[in-house]
Amino acid sequence: MDVSFLQPIEAAVTLSVIWIGLGAIGLACMRVPRLITNVVFPAGALVSLALAATGLWAIGAPPSSAILPAGLPDLPFHVRLDALSGFFLLLLGGVSFGISLFAAGYFRDTEATTLGQLTLQYHVFLASMAFVLIADDAYLFMITWESMALSSYFLVTTEHHDEQNRKAGFIYLLIAHIGALGILLCFGVLHGGHGDYTFAALRAADLKGYWATVAFLLAFFGFGAKAGMLPLHVWLPEAHPAAPSPVSALMSGIMLKTAIYGMVRVIFDLIGGIRWEWGLTVLLFGAATSLFGVLFALMQHDLKRLLAYHSVENIGIILIGIGLAMVFIGSGHPVAGALGLIAGLYHTLNHAVFKGLLFLGAGAILKSTGLRNLNEMGGLIRYMPHTALYFLIGALAISALPPLNGFVSEWLTFQASLQAPQLASSVVRSLVPIVAAVLALSGALTGMCFVKVYGIAFLGQHRHEMAVKPREASGWERAGMLWLTIACFALGLFPVFMIGEINKVSLALTGTGLSDEAMNSGWLWLAPTSGAQASYSPIVFLLVIAAVFGLTFLLVRHFYHGRLRRADPWDCGFPAQTSRMQDSADAFGQPIRQIFAPVYLIQREIPRADDPQPMFRQSVEDRHWYSMYLPIARFNEFLSGHVGKLQQGRISVYLLYSFVTLIALLVFAQ
Amino acid sequence: MNIASGIVFQVLQSVLVLLIAPLMLGWVNQCRAWLQNKSGAGVWQPYHVLHKLFHKDAVLAHNASPLFRATPYILFGCMWLAVGIVPVLATSLPFAPAADVIALVGLFALARVFVSLAGMDVGTSFGTLGARREMMIGFLAEPAMLMTLFTASLISHSTSLVTIVDTLAHREFVIYPSMAFAAVAFLMVLLAENARIPIDNPTTHLELTMIHEAMILEYSARHLALIEWAASLKLTAYITIGFAIFMPWGIAQAGDWVGMPIALAALALKLTAAGAGLALLETLSAKMRIFRAPEFLGTAFLLATLGMLTHFLLET
Repeated sequence: MDVSFLQPIEAAVTLSVIWIGLGAIGLACMRVPRLITNVVFPAGALVSLALAATGLWAIGAPPSSAILPAGLPDLPFHVRLDALSGFFLLLLGGVSFGISLFAAGYFRDTEATTLGQLTLQYHVFLASMAFVLIADDAYLFMITWESMALSSYFLVTTEHHDEQNRKAGFIYLLIAHIGALGILLCFGVLHGGHGDYTFAALRAADLKGYWATVAFLLAFFGFGAKAGMLPLHVWLPEAHPAAPSPVSALMSGIMLKTAIYGMVRVIFDLIGGIRWEWGLTVLLFGAATSLFGVLFALMQHDLKRLLAYHSVENIGIILIGIGLAMVFIGSGHPVAGALGLIAGLYHTLNHAVFKGLLFLGAGAILKSTGLRNLNEMGGLIRYMPHTALYFLIGALAISALPPLNGFVSEWLTFQASLQAPQLASSVVRSLVPIVAAVLALSGALTGMCFVKVYGIAFLGQHRHEMAVKPREASGWERAGMLWLTIACFALGLFPVFMIGEINKVSLALTGTGLSDEAMNSGWLWLAPTSGAQASYSPIVFLLVIAAVFGLTFLLVRHFYHGRLRRADPWDCGFPAQTSRMQDSADAFGQPIRQIFAPVYLIQREIPRADDPQPMFRQSVEDRHWYSMYLPIARFNEFLSGHVGKLQQGRISVYLLYSFVTLIALLVFAQ
Repeated sequence: MNIASGIVFQVLQSVLVLLIAPLMLGWVNQCRAWLQNKSGAGVWQPYHVLHKLFHKDAVLAHNASPLFRATPYILFGCMWLAVGIVPVLATSLPFAPAADVIALVGLFALARVFVSLAGMDVGTSFGTLGARREMMIGFLAEPAMLMTLFTASLISHSTSLVTIVDTLAHREFVIYPSMAFAAVAFLMVLLAENARIPIDNPTTHLELTMIHEAMILEYSARHLALIEWAASLKLTAYITIGFAIFMPWGIAQAGDWVGMPIALAALALKLTAAGAGLALLETLSAKMRIFRAPEFLGTAFLLATLGMLTHFLLET
């Protein structure tokens, strides 16, 4: 087929529809589970790959749009694919490729009916995320946004026999709808009561006075609820562990990013005219979210819950990047703003990759050992060496260690924050580096958290007698994890290519990109402002360390020897060692619990000295539940109790209400 | 600058620092012995120890994983890369643009994560204890270190160490109040990160107090030798980063053969003084309880932040 006849948007729509088709096939063929796992999921993965290619193509191409032959009469669906949508489609396709491959192996033992339904929901979920990214009117956007929320709700409650999971699903749905309400109202404000609801019309709207700020706040909190921003994060650590692992990977890796997409789309594109005060709001919420997320992650011993809290943290880091961009753009420094935006978007992509990888790794552990509790794991590197290697790469990447991808985006965020001297207001100027310090702190804490995760799950001795030896993940599962591992390396070692692409997004969105000097520094050196200001070369990093590794290895063997003897561990000569003497996950977090005690709500039960069966109990909870959510819930209950009195159940009373209403209207609305 | 002489300088610097790093450690220990009225083992003792360790047969726990065996090499690679990047003798080295100060901090973090993981690998009580404490010190020290470096970066408008050295070495001599704060903070971080008193004691094997030593208890022979060597490289790297930021005088340009003897002499002088100073500091202070470490490093962080704010308020 001649490509010139095909627009990127048509390819994207077609591929999304194929996804829905695949889901329907899955539901229809649920009697043949082999077909689903061997054909439908791999085919879905291929569609992902094609979509990623479409996204990459769209970043460089001029925006293309279309009107779909669907929707209501007089209210057709508009779709449009520009650089920003292209970038997020690339993220969606690239990451879901690995996740779908993994899913092909992971769902192998799922019961047939569940598998059929799950296949449908999984692919509808993917397709609705794709449509969210290409929607070009508020109407289609909200419909696909809602179908994304609903399909993921059903996926979260796949194991609905467990009450805990149903509860998690409910909280998720509730907060998703509070967020959706905010977004809907934001579109309403932008619309302003005239014109239609296409994004072009909303973009052209000229908001007077404080209305722009109102729209900003609605969008920020509406999308923030979906992204897991503080204080609307409570659904995340509930919903992610409840869902099957590939779904957790999709939700954490990709769905949260659609919220970031929405935020960038609405704030940078539709509202426009960014003010630095908005940026400061985003920046402060981002800093608080990232620190809070990692502090709570350190307290967890459920692996998936821990990863969920890290999603909260990383959303915070992304928001710091975007907030910096808004502060700089709002104060008239578009080049520094572009740097912040690129840092934020790059971290969005990186987080999708490594968090997807880590959730898949957690899934592989769960499937092979049946464990989610870190305190019962240990020594898995000996049974699952491949998974252990992939997980290690993911853990190093999320801990922002060079030369992997997480470091590049955090480095860019630091560089953006060091542009602070350009700012005029001295308060903002000194606030920005303090946010950078918070970022440094949460980066270092993430390192600690993943030493804990990896050291306890994969290293050491196993803490729990296992009935069967854990098996290595299957071929499909390993392929999925391998893909994301490669992506961690590629994005970490060759950041210049992807930054060049994101620079196009920034150019299309804000009209400004990085300076020419920065873009022409060559593929080896990453220098976002200029070589003299800052540069970083991950390849040199990796090559030197690898070269020294090999050279030392050879030289030691050449000049001395390579003799080796195996023996029992020494441990200061202590003879009677058991595996229970290793740190548990909770013990590893103890220093944090002590240093940051005021952040947590800690309850302790310490046994009496004469207790024959002493037990030590401790729980660490989120203060937000008690200080924010429960009071609101109680107030709500109180209110509905009183409103409920209106309901008498007698028709005459209802007729009376209608009568009184009519009279009131006649009096007041002449 | 031509590329050939740049490479010569790079190799010269890397090899030189690699060779003198154990000497630096020997010098600190010797000074400490003198200050404690002992005769000391001599400045060459670390070389004897390394030689002895390389000769021994490595003993490995039964359940040690490949990660455990790879870590000493990775650690050694990280630290050698670090001293290759820091302008110890000359600026404008070919490796220098590979990492700015932020990436350098990331490099140290990478090494720390690997050592901690190796500490947890065998699954002994002391190993995990050491790893936990090391990561705690790490997360407290890292932000303080970054804030210190940011202060220098904001003054020189660059995070590249080369530019920082060039800016700070060639300006007229003015005492920046912000740099004074940063220097104190940097010193505190240096002590913590290199497992020195008052945070940790490099010579202790007292179970309850050790941090760094607890993690590497299971290592022996060549693995231990590499770890010890890497530790001395790390100390040298930190001290030379301190020189680059706070006393950048005497560092030559790459290819500047005339400046070289001056650079060498300056380095020798500075290292001698720094080693003696470190020994004095360690003799004068006692090791803190581990619970006090957050306070110590929190102070370092606040000083660094104060330095940065001072820069914004007084120096712009």
